[in-house]
Amino acid sequence: MALSGLEIFKLLPKKNCKECGFPTCLAFAMKVAAGGAEIGKCPYISQEALDKLAEATAPIMKTITIGKGDAEYKLGGETVLFRHEKTFVNRNRFALLLSDSMTDAEIDEKIAHIKNVNYVRIGEEMKIEIVAIKFDSDKDKFISIINKVKDSDLKNAYMLICEKPEVMKEALELVKDEVPVVYGVNKDNFKEMVELVKGTKIPLGLKAANLEELYTLIEEVQKLGHKELILDPGATSIKEVFENAIQIRRINITGNDRTFGYPSVIFANELAKGEKYMEVALGTIFTMKYGSIIVLNDIDYARALALYPLRQNIFTDPQKPMRVEPNIYPINNADENSPVLCTVDFALTYFIVSGEVERSRVPVWMAIPDAGGYSVLTAWAAGKFTASSIAKFIKESGIENKTKSRKLIIPGKVAVLKGDLQENLPDWEIIVGTLEAMEIPKFLRELAG
Amino acid sequence: MFKKSVQKFPGKICEVELGTGEKAIKLGGAQVLPFCSFDGDTGNTPKVGMEIQDIYPEDWIDTLKELYKDVASDPAAWAKFIEDKYAPDFICLRLVGADPNGLDKPVDECAKIAKAVADAITLPLVVAGTGNHEKDGKLFEAVAKELEGKNILLMSAVEDNYKAVAAAGVLAYKHKIGAESSVDINLAKQLNILLSQLGIQNESIVMNVGSAAAGYGYEYVISTMDRIRLAALGQNDKTLQMPIITPVSFETYKIKETVSTESDVPEWGNQEDRAISMEVSTASGVLVSGSDAVILRHPTSVKIIKNLINELSA
Repeated sequence: MALSGLEIFKLLPKKNCKECGFPTCLAFAMKVAAGGAEIGKCPYISQEALDKLAEATAPIMKTITIGKGDAEYKLGGETVLFRHEKTFVNRNRFALLLSDSMTDAEIDEKIAHIKNVNYVRIGEEMKIEIVAIKFDSDKDKFISIINKVKDSDLKNAYMLICEKPEVMKEALELVKDEVPVVYGVNKDNFKEMVELVKGTKIPLGLKAANLEELYTLIEEVQKLGHKELILDPGATSIKEVFENAIQIRRINITGNDRTFGYPSVIFANELAKGEKYMEVALGTIFTMKYGSIIVLNDIDYARALALYPLRQNIFTDPQKPMRVEPNIYPINNADENSPVLCTVDFALTYFIVSGEVERSRVPVWMAIPDAGGYSVLTAWAAGKFTASSIAKFIKESGIENKTKSRKLIIPGKVAVLKGDLQENLPDWEIIVGTLEAMEIPKFLRELAG
Repeated sequence: MFKKSVQKFPGKICEVELGTGEKAIKLGGAQVLPFCSFDGDTGNTPKVGMEIQDIYPEDWIDTLKELYKDVASDPAAWAKFIEDKYAPDFICLRLVGADPNGLDKPVDECAKIAKAVADAITLPLVVAGTGNHEKDGKLFEAVAKELEGKNILLMSAVEDNYKAVAAAGVLAYKHKIGAESSVDINLAKQLNILLSQLGIQNESIVMNVGSAAAGYGYEYVISTMDRIRLAALGQNDKTLQMPIITPVSFETYKIKETVSTESDVPEWGNQEDRAISMEVSTASGVLVSGSDAVILRHPTSVKIIKNLINELSA
């Protein structure tokens, strides 16, 4: 929350020394409040005043960092309830749960699944980012799972789940340099748990029976000086967790209450009760409604292909269209006889068109020139998708070496480009494609004969 | 001090009734955001429909064709089978056979099929067209006439054909119509205003504001729905207070994650699993953003989504 000029003025030494470049301290304070000057320009301001200012101007929700190196992730730091208001900043991360009550075979299988489901989509790595390891009853086994994950070649952040401080202490010893989440802090053990992470940036995962108790617990933990927290909206029913997740975010952001200003963890695995598709449903709604860490029971491509792209969509800037890299993309194993189909680099257009091309089963080279990330008509109107820009791309992209076919299909909506393109690319046969993407499969099948 | 946050709105989503008799359903009625029962009245729980076609579903995934192999060539038998076996809230008959780019069947023939389907079931019926606006205009006129008294939803009227669809569908034969716009709050609003200028009441309109599969520009779908709901409830915008229906399966069965077979992409595993997962994810997302009804294809997706709705509305 921003401070007013007068409030900042009260924190200044009021020497009117002019060293900041302003005639008076009041003028300086006003400028700082308006964002036109840095408070650090005042050479005589006290550390205490600086701290106060930092606190007052800090974001309403704290950003928490977990993991290390390639597996370092930022959580929280959100400023709005809906993505159209302002971008959702830090995407939620998916965790997979292992516990000492699972058999070794089960654990090995899940680790193998984590390794297996790892792919890149629009420049982003899609994988399980966190391994959550839970203590149920067998301490030695719990420790051995942590070691097993450490010794595997997975690159992941850790979440240790355990409510017994003495067991947690031993577990934490193994991975404390990896900045794991220490989950399982409750009203009975919080003093010992805070002691375990004192002086570090290791976040504590807090759980309580209901929101009132959670609120009190946060205040108690903060009093002990630890402010790296992750909140579990608790509860055992889907309805209640949904309500609590929304309440926490709303009380924090619209209610300006920093007590709830932390990222959250949702145990979708427990709520889904072993039902895989329910886990997908819950993974979806809590990606949209305020989960920061979403715990799953297992991972396979069926889950991944739905949940990761969904998340990739939700955490985008509403003011910037998503683009695909301008390039030549082979579809359906395009080869040296396949025709070339050209469209724009607006991600939505690319995905719809490439999806229809895939559906046709006809091998095609997709040529995506730089069209400014606009849709076909917008790019054309903006002069970014023209006969000369398409011709230039065709000549420079190397497509003429990849296929002997000289059929170039352009979107039906820019049929007007045909004449000019034909002049620019005399070796090619310019074919006007369909007006709508859904007509592509039929069109391509007929073209292929 | 901890204090619960309660959000009240001045607006309310209107109620639209579909079907007749005991199995009739009501969409809409909410005065708060989806499933936020802690804020106030969430209205009628969202409804789940199942998609069938007027012609054999050649391009459906194999496991679904196997499931319906005894009935899929007879739409009325297929509808009855679904009503008895899976008990969705409604059935959506998609008249694919009328498509001018496909079989281009005459509209009267398609209307007779729709009638046979409606007569075979007690569930409310939603009839979807081909996506060809000119043909759909004529198609819906014929269907509306043939199914007089059934109180069906004609899905969907678009800016190119809304006059024909609204005149026959609502004014002449008293059905409900879907107002289809493509993922833009202003386009949705504009079409609703045009319909109201023809004298169509909000209570006869369900919006289809467009959809996409999760991962395919889905953020536009979510934000459009969020904004429509916030305008309808928060600003009491009467031109956006109709319930929303989302044909999830129309989109999710087009994308590569769903259509690729196991031999195409062995590493992705079971095709049916992927199809259900994509359908469930896309449907859950639109439900928490404001859809009052979703149309699905796979019985397992229907079961899961009904379960989710029950849990969230408990």
